Amino acid sequence: MTGAALPRRPGLRERLARRGLDGTTLLVLPAALAILALFVFPFIEGLVLSFLPKQGGPLANYAKFFGDPYLWKTIPTTLGIAIPATLANIALSVPVALRVRRMKRQRLLTTILVIPITLGTVLVAEGLLNYLGPQGWLNRTLMALHLIDRPVRLVHNYWGVLWSLVIAGFPFTFLLTLSYVSGIDPNLERAAATLGAGPRARFRTVLLPLMASGLAITFCLSFVQAFAVYPSAVLVGAPAGSTRVISIAAFQAAYETYDDSLASSIAMIMAAIQLVIVVLVLAGRSLFYRGPAGGGKG
Amino acid sequence: MTQSRTSILDRIWILAVWTFVGFFILNLAAIVGAVAVNSVATRWLGTWLPKAYTWHWYADAWSEFQLGNILTVTFEVVGAVVLLSGLLGVPAAYALSRRDFPGKKAVMLLFLLPLLVPPMTIGIPLATVLYRLGLGGTIWGVILANLVPSLPFVILITIPFIDQIDQRVEQAARVFGANTLRLFTHVLVPLLTPGILAALLLVLVRTIAMFELTFLTSGPTSQTLVVALYYAVSAAGVRAGQSVDAMAMIYMVTTLVWLVIALRFVNPTQIVGRQAAARD
Repeated sequence: MTGAALPRRPGLRERLARRGLDGTTLLVLPAALAILALFVFPFIEGLVLSFLPKQGGPLANYAKFFGDPYLWKTIPTTLGIAIPATLANIALSVPVALRVRRMKRQRLLTTILVIPITLGTVLVAEGLLNYLGPQGWLNRTLMALHLIDRPVRLVHNYWGVLWSLVIAGFPFTFLLTLSYVSGIDPNLERAAATLGAGPRARFRTVLLPLMASGLAITFCLSFVQAFAVYPSAVLVGAPAGSTRVISIAAFQAAYETYDDSLASSIAMIMAAIQLVIVVLVLAGRSLFYRGPAGGGKG
Repeated sequence: MTQSRTSILDRIWILAVWTFVGFFILNLAAIVGAVAVNSVATRWLGTWLPKAYTWHWYADAWSEFQLGNILTVTFEVVGAVVLLSGLLGVPAAYALSRRDFPGKKAVMLLFLLPLLVPPMTIGIPLATVLYRLGLGGTIWGVILANLVPSLPFVILITIPFIDQIDQRVEQAARVFGANTLRLFTHVLVPLLTPGILAALLLVLVRTIAMFELTFLTSGPTSQTLVVALYYAVSAAGVRAGQSVDAMAMIYMVTTLVWLVIALRFVNPTQIVGRQAAARD
């Protein structure tokens, strides 16, 4: 076809350039290849490997996972930690974000709250072991106030992991929620107030529908993080019992029994559950209003 | 406007919200404070504060955990990750900002997915592949694994900065005969310095604190500070708690110094700001 090109007809290079493909576009290639090699390829490799078990047919790993209560029960355990933690973080974030957005000087608060996110769950877990331990400041305070007679067990159980997910997760959820509510045009609320809507009516009929879409995304991002919880489930939880989450099962398969194939299957099951929850939440989101929430802020 | 109509119930509600914020920050301070106090305590049992203070746990932690080696590895990993994600990420961000090409949406999705999939989920298959290639447990394996979230992060943070640069500046440089390399070194990089600096500092902070990927791909000689801290905490009882906390303080200071520097250039919300890109 190129051989029969008329003299007027632009060359291949020019035709590609018109479609946006030229030397500059090629600059995206090194990064794209790196992500293909380090993210997409291992993922596909893991998926294939999960169907090549050490023993048995292609589905043997999945049959083993769902047939062994020690393995499949990690799913309800993980959901039982991740869903309450995510819902609590969102329920706490929304009222705080709605107040903070009216503040002129948010910077100090946002800076304080970014600290636990930056330090990460390992450090938070070590801090919680000291602070919530039987001789820690919290138990001492509660005993000094005569609210309890003897130290309450707050770590090395379900609650320890939940606290750690709130300490590290609330700031994350809050900062995301704040960026969404800051994008809502204040004039919409003023208009509702002019028409006689009280604070609660304004929240229910104006703010909540406008925030729903952002909250759905916030829920997904926070949930996915909480679902993959690992260090705090080991350090402040009961990793052999009530907080044996799915990450622990995957880690043990890979590094304690050296069964790469089973470990890959568990990683794929994790990914599938995360995907299902995200799709469900985002599908539910379309029941709410979706459209511009404010003046031009993208 | 609505002040006059604020009812008592609303005031209680506002008070409750601020009480919660105060309570949260108080607990946060106590969590960090408990680590800090314990790291300088001679012995701390059954009292509000330790009876006497000492600095010797820091020296102990330094030698017990071989922190000199660990810090060297940490900064080698972080330096390489920052350099590589900058070198690969900034040109890619430039292409994505300036050109519309078929399949651009797919490429954007390719860069978004690694930020949405939690590190524990991708870490296990990635570690399997790296071990099979003989890179598992080496410092190069750790660097490659950390590129997975860092590279997309640099791209997504840099794109809006490039969008703001007037295309005519580049066209003028082209007219005067600059090739793409000279365009980058003489025009774009100087103009983009604040954006690149912000993106790279955020990658730096996130890589120091990246636990899961480093944990899954590192070996005894390629542990970073946060992974070494995890092993120290999980082996509680083997070492004195104070010396583990001294190590935790060294980790905390290392991370927070860079966070403070980063916050001079970025807004705190940008640290979680991947959703800004996800919305586009």
